Amino acid sequence: MHLRMTLAQARNVGLPCMNLLRMTAVPILEQLHLEERLLRTSVDNWCIVNDRTNRPTIVMGVSGRPSELIELESVLRDQIPVIKRFTGGGTVIVDDGTVFISFICNKNAIPGLQPYPHPIMSWTSQLYSEVLRGFGDFHLRENDYAFNSHKFGGNAQSIIKERWIHHTSFLWDYDIKNMEYLKLPTRAPKYRSARPHVNFLCRMKEYVPSKSMFIERTIKSLGSHFLVKPFELDDITTEPPYNLPHSTKLLTRQELEDAYSSQCENLR
Amino acid sequence: MASRVMWASRVASYLRISIFLGGFSTVIKDLKYSDTHEWVKVDGSSATIGITDHAQVIFIFWISEVVYVELPEVSATVAQGKGFGAVESVKATSDVNSPVSGEVVEVNSELTGSPGLINASPCIPRVDWTQQYTNGWIVKVKMGDTGELNSLMDSEQYSKFYEEEDAKH
Repeated sequence: MHLRMTLAQARNVGLPCMNLLRMTAVPILEQLHLEERLLRTSVDNWCIVNDRTNRPTIVMGVSGRPSELIELESVLRDQIPVIKRFTGGGTVIVDDGTVFISFICNKNAIPGLQPYPHPIMSWTSQLYSEVLRGFGDFHLRENDYAFNSHKFGGNAQSIIKERWIHHTSFLWDYDIKNMEYLKLPTRAPKYRSARPHVNFLCRMKEYVPSKSMFIERTIKSLGSHFLVKPFELDDITTEPPYNLPHSTKLLTRQELEDAYSSQCENLR
Repeated sequence: MASRVMWASRVASYLRISIFLGGFSTVIKDLKYSDTHEWVKVDGSSATIGITDHAQVIFIFWISEVVYVELPEVSATVAQGKGFGAVESVKATSDVNSPVSGEVVEVNSELTGSPGLINASPCIPRVDWTQQYTNGWIVKVKMGDTGELNSLMDSEQYSKFYEEEDAKH
């Protein structure tokens, strides 16, 4: 009996391992610090799932400029945290309606996948297309996940010498009032066609029966490519954030006030 | 491809530099190269550093552009093989690693306003590719140990290296 291998076990032979870290309500700043550290210091493949974050937070890409991307007056008034993350891409506001899923991989983890932005984006979109089959007309629209032409998932990546990260913030649900903290970006995908947030975005919960179904199906789909091993956050040693000039950081109130003052000066 | 070879040869002749054309990327003969696709122009103990044509071609994948370059501070210390900055292309960032160790003595602040200077693919016709190796430099470093240059590749070695790397995918 012990010499026989099940079909499932046989199938898994030769698959690379992926550590699965499932979290709930971890602050997005902490998640991003963890991801950067795992990208740069771990040799394993990781999937990180964080079901919601604890408070509404604005997250800009590495080159984001607050004066161009956010409504500074209301952000300062309402003390909304603003983070600049280590990956590229645009600005989002995340909250308890957001689901985060991130993949951190060695560059040779997926056979035949070139470790460059577009192949990685294509691979992940195929994975989610499979996950969401039957729940809506899923598309990769430029670099966004969309049902028809309504965005529900925003993506960003960082590629280093031997590894890459692709992380996504999924709009399971969102508060339209929070979107008012974000300006309409000057650099936007063509398919947006200058639509305001309310006409451009959609909520996943209107398409997919449950959040847990979406997460479980994603993990199951990952199992076609990796031997998925559950991991606990407590098993990862706590270390200081990785410190490069473009590392994730929380902008200080002073930095936001300086940006607002500069913006007001420019308007005069 | 043939017309590009002729054009590149004429420009090289004007600039009085030797070039070696490999695949779709252009490699300059008088420079040294790292395995993370940075180039180095050496002048005594001074090293001018940028990213190669091949780097921006494979990273940006021919259909996007560099939108941001993260530069280090002047007087920052850099170490061979370690990141000192980053390049962003729409959704993705990529580290820029230093091919040599030393102290940053100058940064190309033009890249702050014009990050596209670093992005000189012939496939984007509005940008002169030669700018990448002249105006698209990122930092100048005062080297601590010129012996580190021995671990870098020359143009022929680099061309062979990235062709082998490309063939793996």
